[in-house]
Formats: sequence, structure tokens, C-alpha cells
Amino acid sequence: MSEVSVQQANDRETMLIHTPFHSRSSALNKLNSWENWKGFMVAHEYDDYELEYFAIRSQTGVMDLTPMTKYRITGPDAEAYLNRLVTRDVTKIKVGRVGYTVWCNSDGQVMDDGTIFHLAEDEYRLCSYTHCIDWLMWSAEGFDVEIVDETKQVAALAVQGPTSCSCLMAMGLEGIENLKPFGLTTFPFEGGELMVSRTGFTGDLGYELWVEPALAEALWDQLFAAGKQYLIRPFGLYALDMARKEAGFIQAAVDFVPAEDQVRVGRTRSPFEIGLGWLVDFNKPFFNGRKALLKEKENGSRYRFVMLDIEGNKPANNSFILNKKGKVIGTVTSAGWCPSAKANVAFGQVDAKYGEIGEELITEIYYERELHWTKVLAKSVVVKGPMYDPPRRRATPPAPF
Amino acid sequence: MKKYDAIVIGAGHNGLTNAAYLAKAGLDVLVLEMNSYIGGATVSRELHKDWKYTNCSYVCGLLRPEINRDLELPRHGLQVVPYGGGVTFMENGDYYGNFSDHNRQHREMARHSVRDANAYERYGADVTKQTRLIRKFLLRTPPDPASWKMSDIKEMMVLAKTVMDMKTDVNFGDTLKYWTKSVGDFLDEYFESDIIKAHLGGTGIIGTALGVYSPGTAYVLLHHYMGDVDGTAGAWGFTRGGMGAVANALASSFKSFGGEIRTDAKVKQIMVRNGKTTGVALEDGTEFYADIVVSNLEAKRTFLGIMDEKDLPEYVIERAKNFKSRGSSGKVNIALDGLPTFPALPKGTPLMAGDFHFTDSLTRMEKAYDDWKDGNFSRDPYVDTLIPTLTDPTMAPPGKHMMTCFVQYCPPKIQGREWTDADRDAFGQTVIDQVANYSPDFKDLILHAEVRTPREIEAEIGLTEGNIFQGELTFDQLFSNRPFPGYGQYRGPVKGMYMCGSSTHPGGGVMAAPGANAAREILIDLKRNNTVPEGYADD
Repeated sequence: MSEVSVQQANDRETMLIHTPFHSRSSALNKLNSWENWKGFMVAHEYDDYELEYFAIRSQTGVMDLTPMTKYRITGPDAEAYLNRLVTRDVTKIKVGRVGYTVWCNSDGQVMDDGTIFHLAEDEYRLCSYTHCIDWLMWSAEGFDVEIVDETKQVAALAVQGPTSCSCLMAMGLEGIENLKPFGLTTFPFEGGELMVSRTGFTGDLGYELWVEPALAEALWDQLFAAGKQYLIRPFGLYALDMARKEAGFIQAAVDFVPAEDQVRVGRTRSPFEIGLGWLVDFNKPFFNGRKALLKEKENGSRYRFVMLDIEGNKPANNSFILNKKGKVIGTVTSAGWCPSAKANVAFGQVDAKYGEIGEELITEIYYERELHWTKVLAKSVVVKGPMYDPPRRRATPPAPF
Repeated sequence: MKKYDAIVIGAGHNGLTNAAYLAKAGLDVLVLEMNSYIGGATVSRELHKDWKYTNCSYVCGLLRPEINRDLELPRHGLQVVPYGGGVTFMENGDYYGNFSDHNRQHREMARHSVRDANAYERYGADVTKQTRLIRKFLLRTPPDPASWKMSDIKEMMVLAKTVMDMKTDVNFGDTLKYWTKSVGDFLDEYFESDIIKAHLGGTGIIGTALGVYSPGTAYVLLHHYMGDVDGTAGAWGFTRGGMGAVANALASSFKSFGGEIRTDAKVKQIMVRNGKTTGVALEDGTEFYADIVVSNLEAKRTFLGIMDEKDLPEYVIERAKNFKSRGSSGKVNIALDGLPTFPALPKGTPLMAGDFHFTDSLTRMEKAYDDWKDGNFSRDPYVDTLIPTLTDPTMAPPGKHMMTCFVQYCPPKIQGREWTDADRDAFGQTVIDQVANYSPDFKDLILHAEVRTPREIEAEIGLTEGNIFQGELTFDQLFSNRPFPGYGQYRGPVKGMYMCGSSTHPGGGVMAAPGANAAREILIDLKRNNTVPEGYADD
């Protein structure tokens, strides 16, 4: 399988690929601060990460989502194939809906998490963190499906925040206010088609916009023109990371090791062990990893995902997690201060014996101030989370702000 | 009539904080508010259709993060959103822009004075040292220095140890200097440029009936740097939905613990029998009973307004009468049809999202104070102007804007006589003219303006003389002396009577610390488990 076409001439010349929004995002990137996202150049911070984060929570923030790995999966067996691939029941994701899922190897270890967009009958898009077409092709043996990597054929923007619906309405997307969470719909746009899904990685009201690359700049321009009065501004991956932790979203390759990348024994995790057991449906036909997961469900897991509400305000990055007797029972995978929730959150992996909701654990935090290191043993309570979950996230139609 | 465990008078943010902590401890608490709306000076009101006016306090930076988190105010709807930027316009057409990026700010300062840009590092470190010292005591009850009680001696030891820990970094002598000197003298020690000093100096006079060269104003500057928004010390933010969102979130938190709020309930008197409080009587004659009565009112209003002098020691009456709560500020809130342009600034600058000032030297600030001393509002006022709608989309219709102008100075009386509506309008016009000097299209964009002098502020929310801090933040009435010596621990002169407003330690601003500290003392007296959090340790 190869990529359908190489669209940008600069692909061969440059270290990082420019997305179709680059002319617009680079003009606004006052700090010239970029990140390497799967080989694409995406803003890390435009001018002030804190204000970018708060745009997501109080105004509208826009992020270039193009590098998200995207596969188009079509054919008469598309549904059956996906149902075989992933742990959740794909038949329940109707046309015009999006579903979050994980997929596992035959040992029941998580390969990746991502979203399935049911675009039309026998037509899906799978968005993932990893480049996983090899695995997708192995899993496709015996199914009548076509799988195409369309990452570069689709330009995408995340439009997130309490005024995001107002921005899209002002752009002329009629009826967008009726789109429910995890719904998707299309609009004619500049002679082409604009797909909008009510999805996101921020835990706030938000949408994702998908178009062909040729329309990308027009989309950006119209969106920003319409959104000006709703205080639209771009945000980078730094702000996204703050928002996703507050929203309780785990991140592949940060909070778990994609199973295909594992070298050392025992470093991967099952869906149950990363808090995504709710995505495993044993009542559907056979799927990759089913046998191992069923066994795990009967015999118990090795690890447990915990979300910790940590006292004080020192972020618990790279910390050990201890039980109340001081024994090391796990480690933190993501941590940070939640600026809207005013909470100090950490995601961690602990021995499955520990980590019931409400249990009090200890996080061993080290922090440095003016070259002086201090250790804190911070009381940390296991919470259900997420730390920030505003009702507007689910409201249909959303309020104007 | 039902008897409550505690009655809190005044649904300002400190009253609500106090009530929330008492209710959280299991007490049956009633909050009484004279207005038909809650919030006191933390309020958002629709005074022009579709415009929300955050018409008293207007920015949020001092609210203690421990309290915000502990009372779960975010879950109850509170969102504090920081803003960047800030400008002081100069009479010569130039400006100083206060960028939030440190290096950008350095470059901008160097445009006015290379040496000042460098001195700012020293200034920043010194201010941080001093605020770190103060911050440690915000959520603690001040010790009574004249007491031999074990708790007071212990707290004096904590104070002594903190001072000792500072070693040579900041010696206590320096600290005393900062607490007592003028903001003008303070800034003169660091900077040479008028515009830099003017930009920084304004916070030393906000809400204070003193001039930039009056002793004590350096502390007022420090007071404004004590807060932090998410760990960025000294940072300020907007409350999404206006400052009323603070009160609403506190009220929601309070109610989640079973608390009750009654509005349109103006208290006439705290009832006392045999040296103990028994409850309160409203102006309409209704009586409510409780052994604990907490006043969120300013000290003068509490002791001279709603208590019978016969129930009070002479000392308290005398001190209350002499408590300095002088009015010196006004407010103009403006609905705008669009965003005004300021030709001095580069187009699209992020500076617009911050606070604007129009006084480019300490001399002009001092002259503004001279007018106040003469019993007039300043003809060339110091104005702290913000356009929250550049950050908060909830305050005005899309594309429209709301402007808040805090004005220093504005006297409680004009030349010793009462304000008239004509005086008020002239004051408003002076402020509008000051902004319009730098924005030619500003006046044409005005749809509605609310002008508030000390007269309106006192009449509407009950702050004596319109003093925004419930008493000036001068060293003679701070810490254990707030509101007066011997009464710095939230307990009133009558058993069961307490104070929880900004007239108590650590003073004014939307901080919620006085309310929380008072709750802790009440719970100690009731031998209940403490529900009030300790402050975050500074690192």
C-alpha cells in the first residue's frame, strides 16, 4: 500500500511537511514555535500558550489537526472489518456518527486509540495516533475492504470552545447548532464539501472541520472572519495538552505504549488497564484480542489507570505513586495544573490492587526552584474525573457563548 | 421563629465565603442581603439591555486559589480567565506597552530607558520577595501582639521565624520600609523614567485616599501583586460573566452545603442580650435568631450602623469612628457600539486586552490627588480602563464592547457638600474626556454609561464613603490592627458576634481570605472541626 499521491512539492525538500494551513498559521505564529507531529509542522505556541488555552475554555480556539493520521475504509465488508478490528461494537455507530475506540493485538494489548467516523453506507474514516496501515492490512485478510491513508488528502481544523458553535453559525453553517455530540454532517463549501463533526480533544464544546487541502485556506479565512466577533484565536499543541489533561483524555505514547512499539516485556497495557474497559464489548462477534481480554476479565488485570486529585499546586510529572505505607505502587504518566478546574491532576498506572475511586495515595513530587530541589509527598485521591466537565460540552443546541 | 446556628449579614463575597465554610462544617446558616441581588461589590448587572456590567470590582487576581479549589467554585460555574497586555498613554503621543512576554516587555521598557528595563529585574525580584512574605499570612489569623495566650504566642513565633528565615535576602528592616513608605519613593529607588514609574505606580493609589508620595502607598502596590492566576504571581484575570460569577459560584457552593440566602432583607440591628448576640432584626421588623452573628459589613457600618452603642465598649465606638474608610474612587461603566481605536497603538496589538492608563507621570498622579484634598474630583484623573469583552465574550452582544473605568480620585463629598446629579455627570464627562483624548472615535461609540461616585457606591452596596477596601490599607490598620487593635481576630466585642469583611485581615480586594479566616475562628470557638484550608506553601 502506498500513499495515493504526494501533494506538496516541498515534501521531498523539507524536514517537516507544511500543512495546507501553513500560510495562515505561520503568519500568526509570533513565537515561531513549532512541533514535529508525525512529520508535520504544527504550532506549539502562537503567542501565549496560557491565553491560547483560555481561548478553548472561554472563547474559541482553532488548531490545525491535519497531521492526525486518517484512513479511509470502504467496501461491502467495511463494517464487519472494523468490528473485527476494534473492541467496541461498530454496528452501533450509525451513519453520521462518530465513535471513540481502541484496538488491540491478539494479546489484548492496546495498539492505539482513535475515532471511527461513519461517513456513509460502507464508508468509514479511522483517525489514529500511530501510522498503523500495516496492522490495518493484516487485520483485513479475508474482508472485502479498501484501506487508503488519506492523511494528506484531508485538511482538518479543531474549533473548540464555548463560542465555537456561534462562530460556525456566523460562517453560514445552517443548522450546525442541532448537531449532537459525536454527530457529523456536511455542508457545500466553495464548490467542494466541508465535513463537520462535533468532536474534539479538549473536553469543551467543540467541532472538527474536514475539507480537501485546496479549500483549506478559504476555510481558515472564512472561519476567522466569522469568528472575530466571538474572539476566535489559534492555539497550539501546548494548550491542547493542558486542555486534554483537564478533560481526562489519555494520549497514546504518553499514557500508554502502542503495542506495536513495545520492545521490553510487559510495557504494554490492555484497555482495562488504561481506564478504557468501557470500550470493550464481548457481546459482539470476534475481534482482535477478544480471547486475551476475556481471560483478563476473568483473572484480573495487572495494572489500573488512576486519575489523581493531588493536593497543592506542584505538578506531579514523572512521579512515583506510593500507597499509604510508602511502598511504590506505580508511576504518573501525565500531570499538570488544571487552570479552569483549579486542580492538580495526574494520570497514573498503579498495581491493580490499588486505585479504587476515593482511595488516598501518595505522589512523590520533585520540583526545582532556582536550582534548589524539593521533594513533596503529596496526598493524592483517586477520582473518577474528569477534572473539568462543563455542561455546555453536551448541550444541543449550545448556548451562544 | 426558627433558630439558625449562624447568621451572616451581607452576601458579598466574604460573607458568602464565611457562610460556605460554616455550612460545610455542618452549621445551619442564613445569609441576609439588603439588595435584591447578591454579591455586594462582586456583581454583574444588566444595566443596559444585553450588556452585563461588572460595575464594582472588575478584575480578579487576589481570589485565593486554595478557597477557589476547596469550595469547588469551578464546578459551581466560576471561570477566571487571565488577560495580557496593558498600556499607559503619553501626552506626547507615545505609549508604554506592558507585554506579558518578559523579553518583549524588556525591549519595550528599554525604548523608554535601557537602565529601567534592567532595573525591572531587581524590582521584580524585590516585589516577589515581599509578596511571598505577605502571602504566607493571608489565610492565617494575625496574632494579638499584646496577648499572652498560647495561640497568640505561637503565631508570633511563626511570624518571627518567617522573618528570620528571610535572613539577609530581605531583612525585616526592608520589609518595614516597603510597608510604610510611599509608592513614589519606592519606585524612585529603581527607575529613572517617568512613564515607567507612572505605569507601575498606579496600583499604589487604587482605592486609597493617599497620593503617590504619601507614606503607606508602597504597601497598596504590594497588595495588588499578592494574587496569582494559576501560579503566575501578580497576574490578573477576568471572571467569565463578570465579577458576579464569583458571588454566584460561592452562593451555589454555600447552597450545596444546605445554606439559605434571603435577599431584600436589610438588617437594622444585631440583637444583644446579656452580652451575647441573639440574632438580628430587619428594617421591616422581621427577626431571625442565632447565637452566632457575623457581619460582612465594613467596620463603621457594623459598629455604628447596625449595633446599639449601649451594647458596645466605648473603646470600640471610638475606634470605629476613627477607622479610616475614606472614599476616593469612582467608576464609569460604558456600553460601546464597537471597539474604539487608539491611534497611538499598533493595529491589532495584544496590548488592547489589558489595562489602559492615561497618566504618564507621578507628578500628574500627585496633582490628581491634590484635587481630592481640595474636595474635588480629579480634573486629570488616573483611570484604570479595561475592555473585558476582548477576553470574555459573555458581556456584550457579538462585535459590541463593554468598558470599565476605575477612577482615582473622587471624593465622598464635593467641597464638603453632598454630591448632586450634575456633579456626578460632570465627573463622568471628565473621565470620558480623558479616554477620548487618546481615542477620537470613543465618544461616538458610547451607547450607555453608568457613572458611580462614592455617593452611589455607598448607597447601593453599603461601602462607607464608597471605600472599595472596606477601610484603607495603611499599615496603621493592617494585620492585627485591622480593623483596630485588640479586634484583629474576627471576634467582635460581644460574645457570638464576628466580623468577616474586608475590614478585617488581610483586607480588601476579591480575595475571600477574611471570610475564610473568620469562619475558622468561629469554628474554633464552637469546638467544631475546621473546614478552612491552609494556604499553599510558597516554594
